[in-house]
Amino acid sequence: MNKYEARIILLAGSTLCIFLFALLYNAFSRKIDVPSCVPFNKSFEHPSLKQVDDKTYELYMVAQMWSFTPDEIKVPAGSTVDLYLSSKDVVHGFNIVDKAVNLMAVPGAINKTTLHFDKPGVYRIVCHEYCGVGHQNMLGKILVQ
Amino acid sequence: MNITKPFKRVILTEFFLPLTLLTIGIYHGLMQVIYRAGIIHQNSFAGLNYYQGLTLHGVINALVLTTFFAVAFGHVTISHYLKKEPPRLAYSSSLWLMLLGTVMDAYAMLTGKAQALYTFYAPLKDSPVFYIGTALLIIGSWVAFFGWIKTYIKWKKENPDTKMPLAILGTFVNFTIWVVCTVPAAYSTLILLTPWAAGWVERVNVPLTRMLFWMFGHALVYFWLLPAYIMYYTILPKLAGGKLYSENAGRLAFLLFLILSVPVGVHHQFSEPVFTPGTKLFMAILTFGVALPSFMTAFTIAASLEHAGRKKGARGWLGWMLHLPYFRSDNFLFGYLICGMILFIFGGLSGIVNASYSLNAMVHNTAWIPGHFHMTVAGPVFLSIIGMSLLLYGKLSGKPIQFKLLATIVPYMWLLGMVFFSHGLMAGGLMGEPRRTNLGMTYTNPDSPLFNQHWVPTTTSTLIGGIIMSVAALLYFISFFATAFGKKTQPAVLELPESEPLHPEKPVAILTNLKPWLAVMGVLILFAYIPALNSVFKYSVPVKGQYQIDSPVPENPKPAQKAKQTKSDQHTNAKDHAKAERSLSRVTNLVVLRAGSPTSLDEPLLSARLQDTF
Repeated sequence: MNKYEARIILLAGSTLCIFLFALLYNAFSRKIDVPSCVPFNKSFEHPSLKQVDDKTYELYMVAQMWSFTPDEIKVPAGSTVDLYLSSKDVVHGFNIVDKAVNLMAVPGAINKTTLHFDKPGVYRIVCHEYCGVGHQNMLGKILVQ
Repeated sequence: MNITKPFKRVILTEFFLPLTLLTIGIYHGLMQVIYRAGIIHQNSFAGLNYYQGLTLHGVINALVLTTFFAVAFGHVTISHYLKKEPPRLAYSSSLWLMLLGTVMDAYAMLTGKAQALYTFYAPLKDSPVFYIGTALLIIGSWVAFFGWIKTYIKWKKENPDTKMPLAILGTFVNFTIWVVCTVPAAYSTLILLTPWAAGWVERVNVPLTRMLFWMFGHALVYFWLLPAYIMYYTILPKLAGGKLYSENAGRLAFLLFLILSVPVGVHHQFSEPVFTPGTKLFMAILTFGVALPSFMTAFTIAASLEHAGRKKGARGWLGWMLHLPYFRSDNFLFGYLICGMILFIFGGLSGIVNASYSLNAMVHNTAWIPGHFHMTVAGPVFLSIIGMSLLLYGKLSGKPIQFKLLATIVPYMWLLGMVFFSHGLMAGGLMGEPRRTNLGMTYTNPDSPLFNQHWVPTTTSTLIGGIIMSVAALLYFISFFATAFGKKTQPAVLELPESEPLHPEKPVAILTNLKPWLAVMGVLILFAYIPALNSVFKYSVPVKGQYQIDSPVPENPKPAQKAKQTKSDQHTNAKDHAKAERSLSRVTNLVVLRAGSPTSLDEPLLSARLQDTF
């Protein structure tokens, strides 16, 4: 292995370390992280939106062929929503367009994340995992007022 | 070297058959860009629906073609470098198993019994024929590998002081990864899914099948890629007119792939429940690790090409790029390999984005992902497969290559098409365009309440790219089939271009012994997957219900009730009722889908509500 070879390995390795540092910084300091684990419980499979206090909500979202329930949610701007996502039948996807919220709804498991809505507007939820012939019709919305 | 007739016939079949099936795969690739761009607002076209076509496209292009080629190219590499043929029993039975598996898969897909795409995520159900067929295809490729091991042991006894040639190391690393990673896939298809699909077992743990699939699914991409890497190290420098810059770098790259290819599968599952953030982060770090051998390869190959360019009188820093044998019909394979490499630069960099843990939320399951992997699997992998198949088919059959000019321009056209194609997908993906979706029915249909105008320009760019790529593929098929059906005019030979190393290098002990690397591979897999498996059982439960793609009502065969059925009228009635409900819902859905309006049995008001909200 000559010196150029060694240098390129070092350079590539350092670049990857910088990327890794960026990920860790975001995860620990800015709290931008992947979804967390919740043990499965049947009670998560009842769709509802609960208000905890004036700006905090708990959303129990159930995906099924080929809709989200509830499929339209209204929350005020500035609210924080704890989302618990489950699926009644097959695997579905849950992507809020133009917002980095991207989850899978897997039967037999509960996906959990926290959403923040600062700007008012209509946020579309697209199912992005193939779930049968009606997959392209599966859309929900969040209205932030 | 000269080879025996049966061996030659086996290799030629392994090139010819998947390339024939590829015509179906390419056709469905073209159909998808047409649907997605909103040219067709239909559920199906010419008897096959969008998702059936997508299943065929994925299984033929990514499983059948790649597996057959890896085996055929392995046969050629082994016999070229070791000057021996593998045992006949191994290569013949390998071909028969793979053929049987492919026929079963093709039957299941074409008759609509397998429409759950090539990832076959439960609880969408495929026919057991599909699961068993896929397993047979994989097992057939194992048998070929076992034959090569026997050949190698014999060769090593005769040549105890010669080190393993680089191409053989690459082949062995590749098939070791393959055997290890296909064990979870075989377990998932044969032990978990087949009894479930046959109705013997009622429940299936969905997160477990997904974890096992991706344990296989990511190593699978290296199984596709390593034959191309073998060509980059051992053939491309020769084609460019130069020498391989460093052979030891090549050995290190292959061995790094060996240890890091399998324990990274959870990076496909960052958005899923069940796995802890710790498991996800660990696999993200290992995935960064597996990027390292690709960076090294980029450097080593670029250095080899620079050497070739300078030998031909290139000057300056980048002048060598202009002094390479582009567009030369007597050296057409060079174009296939270099265009693949150019695409892989972008495919690899976008892959690092996908691997980046929380950043993955921007792109997961959006059109960005096919935009990325078409620059890997439909870049270096596909181009090296079709280029090498054409070259070797000509040599092994003794038939001169027909329409060489067409074959020469194919990779450059493909590269051009891919620029439009992948740009469209990736740009759309960043705006939320989902992958694996018949967009033409709703999102890119101006008459639908779900219409999204942002995805029209991106899907149009994808359409333009897809058309250029399909024309390139058509030109390739003309050349390949004209060659295959041509007349034999030369003696058949088995030979590969062979690059020499630029400098004599001292053999490094750690790079010639596979055993410590295999041990590290095992340890890393355990470290990565024991916590993952633990989480699966801690955070998830098996679920009931099997789903056909066209109905939200589960089919749930209950073995216990089936037995009672004759005794109890009530049960019969209940079963009949369920059956009637199922078929009714299916009919309703199909009618509704044909009419192009979004609804389902469970949500009869959805359509009205959507009209209301938009």
